[in-house]
Amino acid sequence: MKRLVAWAAFIGGCLYFLLPLVGMTEFSLKMRRGEYSFDAYARVFGDPRFWETFGYSLTLAAATIAFGVLLVVPTAYWVRLKLPQARPVIEFITLLPLVIPAIVIVFGYIRLYNTSSWLPLTGSAFGTDILLTMGYATLALPYMYRAVDTGLRTIDVATLTEAAQSLGAGWFTILARIILPNVLVAVLSGAFLTLAIVIGEFTMAALLNRPAFGPFMQLLGANRAYEPPALAVIAFAITWGCMGLIQLVTRFSKHERAKA
Amino acid sequence: MRDTAPRAARGRLPVEWLGILPFVAFALLFLILPTMKIVFGAFQSGDGSFTFQNLIDLNTDSIRNAYWTSIKLSLVTALLGCVVGFAMAAAVVFGGLPKAIRSPLLTFSGVASNFAGVPLAFAFIATLGPAGLVTIWLRTEFGINLRAYGFNLLSFWGLVVTYLFFQIPLMILIITPALDGLKREWREAAEVLGATAGQYWRMVAFPILFPSLLGTFALLFANAFGAVATAFALTGPQLNIVPIKLFAQIRGDVLGNPNLGYALAFGMIVLTGLANVIYIVLRTRSERWLK
Repeated sequence: MKRLVAWAAFIGGCLYFLLPLVGMTEFSLKMRRGEYSFDAYARVFGDPRFWETFGYSLTLAAATIAFGVLLVVPTAYWVRLKLPQARPVIEFITLLPLVIPAIVIVFGYIRLYNTSSWLPLTGSAFGTDILLTMGYATLALPYMYRAVDTGLRTIDVATLTEAAQSLGAGWFTILARIILPNVLVAVLSGAFLTLAIVIGEFTMAALLNRPAFGPFMQLLGANRAYEPPALAVIAFAITWGCMGLIQLVTRFSKHERAKA
Repeated sequence: MRDTAPRAARGRLPVEWLGILPFVAFALLFLILPTMKIVFGAFQSGDGSFTFQNLIDLNTDSIRNAYWTSIKLSLVTALLGCVVGFAMAAAVVFGGLPKAIRSPLLTFSGVASNFAGVPLAFAFIATLGPAGLVTIWLRTEFGINLRAYGFNLLSFWGLVVTYLFFQIPLMILIITPALDGLKREWREAAEVLGATAGQYWRMVAFPILFPSLLGTFALLFANAFGAVATAFALTGPQLNIVPIKLFAQIRGDVLGNPNLGYALAFGMIVLTGLANVIYIVLRTRSERWLK
């Protein structure tokens, strides 16, 4: 009886999750009347704006990841090593982006960094790109910090630092050649999650008026019938790919550690 | 010689704090100051003097409706997300389902909780929209016209169904570790003392899980309340919920008063902030049991 209820709950849930996935796949194949075809995908991939916006979002994701790693790894390391008393405050700050909706944060950006302000970032395309990258770094901060901090927990930061220092290593060497390789799996997990978040992000990019993938998808959705579900399939595949890569690096590291 | 004695640093505290300066600068510039700008703006009139007028002006039919719809939407999706997510997690953890299901379910939950925004809206339009898979299937096979039953994807309940796609997985991801934390010994102890399964759940498991459940509920509430992209891609700018209203206000000052926009955003911070305070307080309480 219990098992029956459990199966019912599980299968019911699975149906709910599978139907939209089947629905979008099926719809995306229906562009040609009367038969299934990949026409919608051909249309999407043939659209130069797809590649432009996708490339733009990919570039911004790379910048966000690079900036996030440079910001989070030294900070989390330093807090663990020298400032354990600052930990609760730092953790609280890293959780704030989950509390404050993205739309409110970007609203603040627009008002704080407009052309007549002390730091007119929205005045130029490049400045806006920087602002958007910072916005994405903010959105990814809770995940990135948590991943890196968990990674640091598994290694003995103090001993590694002292050992490196007694061999004459400076702070840069310690961070780049001791700490980073040791938390690489955590950093990669954070990076792929950041990629999954940034690639389809809509609100910030739309309000800052940048040609990102999210606003492109929305625009296509408002004007076309068959391309949007094709885009949804592509976006789902990307998200799935990012999560798969996270699992892969985690599993790979467990394997490594078991061998060592 | 480098400074290698962290313990000797008590007298030179400020130097140590320099190490987190980049982080503090980033947090101030791109998180705290922008939020402060909104908060202060909500209490300023057009000429910069202090006022409560903006918050009072929020009390119009249209804005009250927007807040009420948003709160209702967030409450309903958080509640349903919690119930369904709990049922699925419990089925996998206690229901005697094969162990092999567990890991794929958690992976899928990780994917689905991140599959929000514009593509999610497309997936549901292709499924439950006017020409969607399920809509047409129900009509041709069973003669059921969803529209005739009052279901419209671009309505409140349409949004609920769509939001659940990221709410349920989030619940599964958070509650599964909590369910794992229920020790077998507790159940056995209860059974030895003659408790039925119902009594065990009501008097042992549920009180232990309660903070996690309520805390996750608060998180799901905030999650739905701040979501813009899904609703915008699904219904366009006409649906009257707070994030969409704020989106339109930022783009084109539809309220005709910039400071009213600040007040609208301030209201969002207050509500999601409140929900998250509940979440954080309850999570620390529940973690005591899950060691």
